[in-house]
Amino acid sequence: MASNDTDLTTRPSVAVHAPGSTAAGAETTTAPVMQLRDVSVYYGSYEAVRGTSMPIQQNQVTAMIGPSGCGKSTVLRALNRMNDPIPGARVSGDVLYHGQDLYARDVDPIQVRRRIGMVFQKPNPFPKSIYDNVAYGLRINGIKGRLDDHVEAALTQAALWDEVKDKLRKSALALSGGQQQRLCIARTIAVKPEVILMDEPCSALDPIATAKIEDLMFELTNDYTIVIVTHNMQQAARVSHYTAFFTAEVDDKQVRHGRLVEFSQTGKLFTNPADKRTEDYITGRFG
Amino acid sequence: MTVTAAPATRPTADRPDLTRAALSGRRRFTNRLATAAIWGAVLLAVVPLALVTYTVVSKGAGVMSPSFLTEDIPNSYRRVGGGMAPAIIGTLLITGAAALMAIPLGVFGAIYLNEYGKQRPLARLIRLMADVMTGVPSIVMGLFIYIAWVRLVGQFTGFAGALALACLMLPVVIRSSEEMLRLVPEELRQASMALGARKWKTTLTVVLPAAISGITSGSLLAVARAAGETAPIIIVTGIAFSPNWNLFDGSNTALPAQIFRNASTSFPAAQDRAWGAALTLIVIVLGFTIIARFISSRFAIKER
Repeated sequence: MASNDTDLTTRPSVAVHAPGSTAAGAETTTAPVMQLRDVSVYYGSYEAVRGTSMPIQQNQVTAMIGPSGCGKSTVLRALNRMNDPIPGARVSGDVLYHGQDLYARDVDPIQVRRRIGMVFQKPNPFPKSIYDNVAYGLRINGIKGRLDDHVEAALTQAALWDEVKDKLRKSALALSGGQQQRLCIARTIAVKPEVILMDEPCSALDPIATAKIEDLMFELTNDYTIVIVTHNMQQAARVSHYTAFFTAEVDDKQVRHGRLVEFSQTGKLFTNPADKRTEDYITGRFG
Repeated sequence: MTVTAAPATRPTADRPDLTRAALSGRRRFTNRLATAAIWGAVLLAVVPLALVTYTVVSKGAGVMSPSFLTEDIPNSYRRVGGGMAPAIIGTLLITGAAALMAIPLGVFGAIYLNEYGKQRPLARLIRLMADVMTGVPSIVMGLFIYIAWVRLVGQFTGFAGALALACLMLPVVIRSSEEMLRLVPEELRQASMALGARKWKTTLTVVLPAAISGITSGSLLAVARAAGETAPIIIVTGIAFSPNWNLFDGSNTALPAQIFRNASTSFPAAQDRAWGAALTLIVIVLGFTIIARFISSRFAIKER
């Protein structure tokens, strides 16, 4: 199959990019799209993640890895204010997007989420037709006319068009899990966000569907910046340019907090980690 | 270790006996007992239903005719013939007006409770009050409307009946709609939110369509229940023997009230009319239920 061919050709190229000493790596040393500065996320009085600082580079894949409960999903959701509706959820520090603090008083979370989209762990298509799923974001954002073209473009970009072009009016729920997840990606890119956040997008999928999504992520970096949370270290090594390793640590008051341990280019983090805890985790001695 | 070793040491040559006879006598007995108990329960539930249907149909069919559905109610119970047209019209008008008041209000209330109020004190209070209201006997609701409305406007009206029925329907619609909204997966709201949809937009375009079939059937079942309410109608709508199309002026009547009045006389002609009215009411309620089923299957989220 064609997708398997691209599979083999694209992956090594990710690996080549990742160490960062190449030209591709050097090109990306422009100002990051997003910048976290000493970000802590609280649920009520509980500090779930403490003091995270890291950049999100443009048109690159940034992976967040770490054991369960280390706060990587929490940080991801803080990037487009998805934690807002959770009672008691609060963010301190700066989450900068093109230099603007996303949590500034006059920032509208709706505007933030239109530019920073999200793909979830479990595929969650709307119980509507495939077409309406992709068109939804366009409609609510008031994009009129030529909807068909936008829908086709988004589905094509999500590598789903050929599989669904004859059944656009059928329910999205009839698709397989992998197709549903690609539909969710198509739905997200239809509104042309700048950044796409992915919260363990492959954890509910089989290896073949996972491979397709990973190929897709690589393709998407031409136009988008991707931040992915994954439990799967191999996946992080395969798809990402930068990796942030989080862990949970217990402070002197016996309270668990998520902490960012190490952030660096993926190749370096996996071959030559600076921190002992990172090394223990990636070599399987812990977690 | 022991787990993996066990199968190997077991004599594997025997063909396992998979027949039911190989089960112990006690297990077979328990199985038969449970099966019998379940069948017994089904029969017990079906028998009264079948008997009611049979009685109403057999006694009501005798008077059922086009003229029964179109003629006025005789002024004298003793008189033979006549029809139930004023009561049929009254039932449809009063129940319809009650539904128009209670369903939108109830659905909006449910949206507030599940999407906005959640566990806030006001939402909890409303939930509690709705539960209390569900338990209010219909005759009490009738008396309430009598004092709060009939005395105020100075006459019995169909609208007063509609108000009483709306008050009875409202808590049922609120709670059943809230239950349906609660079943809409949180992931859908999150997906919509992540696409930059505002909350009201998410509610209107994602949550409500996903719950609409359940809300519709819940609401129509509340309507069907209200259509059979007797006490409030007797108390607040008065009595009418010819059709009154105006809900706001003059007394009206409805099928349950006519069943009550005609059945409690000693005249065979009136008793026949009561059976006919009962049959008509059952058919109307059945109609509502079928419509509810149809609508919910129509809107149901299709898997294919």
